[in-house]
Amino acid sequence: MPTAKLQRLQPGDLETISADYQAAAKAVARRVIVCGGTGCIANGSMKVFEGLKAGLTAAGKKVTVELDLHDCSGLDAHMSKTGCQGFCQVGPLVSIEPDGILYTHVKPADVAEIVDRTFGSGEVIDRLLYRDPVSGEHKRGKHEIDFYERQDRRVMHDCGAIDPEDLREYIARGGYRAARKALFGLSPQDICSIMKESGLRGRGGGGFPTGKKWELALKQAADTKYIICNGDEGDPGAFMDRSVLEGNPHCVIEGMLIGARATGATIGYVYVRAEYPLAVQRVRAAVAVAEEAGLLGKNILGSGTDFDLRVMEGAGAFVCGEASAMVSSIMGNRGMPRPKPPRTAEKGLWGMPTVVNNVETLAQVAFIIDNGAAEYRRLGTAGSPGTKTYALTGHVANTGLIEVPFGASLRRIVFDIGGGVLDKDGKPNNEAFKAVQIGGPSGGCLTKDHLDVPMDFDSLSDIGAMVGSGGLVVMNDETCMVQVARFFMQFTQRESCGKCVPCREGTQQILAMIDDIIEGRGTLETLDLLEELCENVAASSLCGLGASAPSPVLSMLKHFRPEFEAHVVDKRCPTCQCAALSPLRIDPALCKGCTACVKKCPVGAITGAPRQAHAIDPVTCIKCGACVASCKFNAIKKGSV
Amino acid sequence: MSGFVTIDGIRVPIEGEKNLLAMCRKAHIDIPTFCYHSKLSTYGACRLCLVEINGKEIDASCVVPPKDGMSIRTNTAKIRSMRRMNLELLLANHRQDCPTCDRSASCKLRDLSAKMGIREPRFRRLREERAKDEGSVALIRDPNKCILCGDCVRYCAEIQGVGAIDFANRGADVVVTPAFGKSLGEVDCVNCGQCAAVCPTAAIVPRSPVDRIWRDIDDSETTVVAQIAPAVRVALGERFGLEPGANSSGKIVTALRMLGFDKVYDTAFGADLTVVEEAGEFASRLGEGKRLPIFTSCCPAWVKYAEQFFPELLPNLSSCMSPQAMMGSIIRKDEARGGSGRRVVVVSVMPCVAKKYEVSRPELARDGKPLVDYALTTAELASMIEEAGIRFADLPSGSMDMPFGFATGAGMVFGDSGGVSEAVARYVGAPVSPLNGRALELVDEIPGGGIRTAALSVGGQNLTVVVVQGLSNAKAVARGVLDGTRKADIVEVMACPGGCVGGAGQPICHDPSVVARRKSGMRDADGARELRDTRDNPFVPKFYADILGGKPGGHEAHELLHTHYASKKRIQDTSIPLVRGGKAEKVAVKVCVGTSCFLRGSQAVLRDLLAAVESEGLQDYVDVSATFCSERCDRGPTVHVGGDTINKADAAAVMDLVRRKAKQAASA
Repeated sequence: MPTAKLQRLQPGDLETISADYQAAAKAVARRVIVCGGTGCIANGSMKVFEGLKAGLTAAGKKVTVELDLHDCSGLDAHMSKTGCQGFCQVGPLVSIEPDGILYTHVKPADVAEIVDRTFGSGEVIDRLLYRDPVSGEHKRGKHEIDFYERQDRRVMHDCGAIDPEDLREYIARGGYRAARKALFGLSPQDICSIMKESGLRGRGGGGFPTGKKWELALKQAADTKYIICNGDEGDPGAFMDRSVLEGNPHCVIEGMLIGARATGATIGYVYVRAEYPLAVQRVRAAVAVAEEAGLLGKNILGSGTDFDLRVMEGAGAFVCGEASAMVSSIMGNRGMPRPKPPRTAEKGLWGMPTVVNNVETLAQVAFIIDNGAAEYRRLGTAGSPGTKTYALTGHVANTGLIEVPFGASLRRIVFDIGGGVLDKDGKPNNEAFKAVQIGGPSGGCLTKDHLDVPMDFDSLSDIGAMVGSGGLVVMNDETCMVQVARFFMQFTQRESCGKCVPCREGTQQILAMIDDIIEGRGTLETLDLLEELCENVAASSLCGLGASAPSPVLSMLKHFRPEFEAHVVDKRCPTCQCAALSPLRIDPALCKGCTACVKKCPVGAITGAPRQAHAIDPVTCIKCGACVASCKFNAIKKGSV
Repeated sequence: MSGFVTIDGIRVPIEGEKNLLAMCRKAHIDIPTFCYHSKLSTYGACRLCLVEINGKEIDASCVVPPKDGMSIRTNTAKIRSMRRMNLELLLANHRQDCPTCDRSASCKLRDLSAKMGIREPRFRRLREERAKDEGSVALIRDPNKCILCGDCVRYCAEIQGVGAIDFANRGADVVVTPAFGKSLGEVDCVNCGQCAAVCPTAAIVPRSPVDRIWRDIDDSETTVVAQIAPAVRVALGERFGLEPGANSSGKIVTALRMLGFDKVYDTAFGADLTVVEEAGEFASRLGEGKRLPIFTSCCPAWVKYAEQFFPELLPNLSSCMSPQAMMGSIIRKDEARGGSGRRVVVVSVMPCVAKKYEVSRPELARDGKPLVDYALTTAELASMIEEAGIRFADLPSGSMDMPFGFATGAGMVFGDSGGVSEAVARYVGAPVSPLNGRALELVDEIPGGGIRTAALSVGGQNLTVVVVQGLSNAKAVARGVLDGTRKADIVEVMACPGGCVGGAGQPICHDPSVVARRKSGMRDADGARELRDTRDNPFVPKFYADILGGKPGGHEAHELLHTHYASKKRIQDTSIPLVRGGKAEKVAVKVCVGTSCFLRGSQAVLRDLLAAVESEGLQDYVDVSATFCSERCDRGPTVHVGGDTINKADAAAVMDLVRRKAKQAASA
């Protein structure tokens, strides 16, 4: 871990540090970047890092993990651990610059070969390169890989490229220049105006214009104001905020500092999920380093502005991502949303005006202040300027963290960046595309009909979906939508704070009704009541969690009603995912009459003499599947013929 | 905000209302709600008070402030269907044992379900059975009936400043519970019972002694004596169609006799005795200039609150028993004098739930027998009367038994907040005018009268009387007294807003005007009396002469009419046993491991002590346990050895004493 310390910087020091750092970096022969995001660490990237360091040293190479700005000559490699590089699926990732090499799936066992061949003889090791799933070609580095090439990385630009624990590297890339501009060259109102012009909208899900929010807070007269960074990312499958906090914590801190200046806040909280230990650690470290450098605390950069930033671990509840619940949680109370008005911008922490901004929102502030609103608007749509990060998961060739401009189509995301849909055998096959769940448990699903809809706040809301925080789950045609609806409903039901009746009681009843459908007890009346209840929960809940909880179910009912009807009318699960509604049958052509299944069946539902095709009595059968496992000839199939 | 809101086509002026719900009520529309309570913070959770605003959005009317020009619809098809569905959702998980439920007749859930026309609930019960909490002497919680409106939670925290219950868990598992799933009997609950009074269902109800009382009434060997608190008589009639505030004292006496009570006394006589004793106590403190201000001790919820949160103020509490306990004490004395040898059971009819706790206090028992056997609430007595089929409203008046059936107006006003102070002021000050004259002019210090003050002149001294309702307000006053910012000579505290007339034992009412009407009934009961000053009660001096054989404040009076208090900062004696000796005679060693003692090294003392006990082979002769705060934080580590306490303890000193005592134990 870098130990270089910057102390009480003056405004002019930013350029000096930047120039010195860049010069020092140039003097080193190679930069080796090992991904230190949570995904890669879990796959052993830290062992790879240590192995490479030891291996290179043993091979007589001069290696450092931290640039000494005054003496870098003769170094063979500068090794860094970065935050998430996005392509988690093929991690651990190792990039080697300036060679432009990206090695994937790197194991400690590969280290010797990398040291020997790449560092020794400058060779590229083909088997460690990314292999295009469709063409099968090896791709040398990021510039050749569609996953990266088809993205527009702005929020994530430095994520995965810089060492998040070395403040000098952030400064070398222009860091804290925007904060300096905000502190010395812009009035709070100026900042609010630029933000409003930029059209930046909150990335937490609501899409409220950030400039407007700040201006509202600025106008509040109060002794103390607060700004909170909402890093309580709780959607299943979403990890955009985590990656930013892990990979580039200073850009969030800088955004908060500018926000504090814009609104008059003097105290800030970074509320990070406690389940993100690495993010907590990196943010804590970054805050400490920034304090020492005089970029936080009293009299920042000599400007006379004070901003005290505190890091708080989340209370472990999804609902704490809701602003008023988060405020309550920070104050030490149970995280429960309260009715609005007043909004937290008027009455938040300890009754004082409090601005709550999402991580990804704050991460873009410095860019806007530094480059201006017009440059920011270059990407995205008129109503939703800028870019959006998505966590791309599910039945898709390339999973990971991606960033595209607003307005990009689902087709570009799933088929180009994602490399296409995977069918039931795990093969790329775009015909197998069924749907995408966007916005996690609060969002809705998009189907084939929506592949070319521009993805932005307004277009998505028009079709009953939402950007949400940015989870994208791709589903192939083997997916049962009733099961998917159940998955998300179970999540929101468990995470309801239990305060208001529709959310607490309604989600429980919705879940029970979906269970009825899955287990064969549902009727058409169940579907009608389910829809009515969902609409009621959406309309009458107290906070956003409840209001959006039924969205997945409603949207699936809307787009896949025949599938629901098959469950309740025909008592059949079309994708054979619901055990109770997936009858088993024996294919007489494949059955050898071995009687293995007859012996295994716990209820005696299978009849048949040896060496003659067997048959399953559908009435007696309890669909436990024991016979399927016992059949050596794959003769027992789910679903009717 | 001024202007108009149009509600269902009617223009309604905005006159300081905080929300649309209040506006609708003003427009004579009853908006259904469970969680809106005008005295509590808005919660917005039950989602029944939904209204349509400006033809677009639907929101809870309790949380939306009125704005000029707003147009509201309260009764559209959409709203009806949403309200109905939310109610059905609540019903699904509510245990519906309506015919046998305590709150059958006063259940808001039942009432609203009927009004909303719910016939066939479309949802089934999904909530798992939850255990009842029967660990409190005063209250029973049944989470199976809880609809989680949070009224009790907010009442306890906001009005009473206690916070004995709160929400726990999430999703379908949410419950209202004391901390760590404990029972109400094990936590800071002061038993005021207002949680039960605000509960729309029967999720919290007072613990009823009715069946046990019937048993005693039916026992021919037992004399059952009733005493009736002042506030009961202006509320009980509500259950039988009488107006709130109507004084049904005589009917109650008749009813009690019909039920089989042998004697009926007036707790207001005990109140007159309280005036004498408390005034005497106050005069002597005033003379000595010590233990001032005097705090009243009639309210058992306040007494427990003070014991838990302000033990440093306990010397200031009047040592007088409450009128209920005084009555119990003198009834027992009187019955014993008769020498019939019959078993005597004292039943007090109280507007109060905390009195159920008070009768269980060991300080208020003599020879292991409580001074009062059962505290029966007004509502519970009404139920007994209903059970016996007595048509209460038609009953003729009866009169109380003597000598404890006569009280002055001063004894009567105890039922109203400010009454104790008023009665004492009459006793120590200048005589009051006969009709409705008051000795104290109380002035609101905070809006709503939660804290009121009055000047009182006694013997040329100008004194300040502070009258408090609600324990949150009491907390503020107590803090002020402790930090010297509050000038006061007499502080009267009643936990329940309105005083005893607003007690949680009174018939359930959701209309705030009812308590006001009971108060005025109480004042009428005082004002109409010819004798309005305890000094004029002829039975009081007679009582002192006959029964106490002496004067107020004497030894006998002290035995019979006074009590004492103890800090309850630690509600339970929690300790962790570490060594358990095998011998019959052994030394109990308790090492405090509370934060302060821990920081002063108690952990090391404990470790060394355990090692020494083992190496010296004393295990059989000692019980060593780690305990929590022994309240000597500045002198820690604190170790108790047998009956002795060692402060600033080190292991060697502790072992010296342990060795000595263990030796004694061994020789014994």
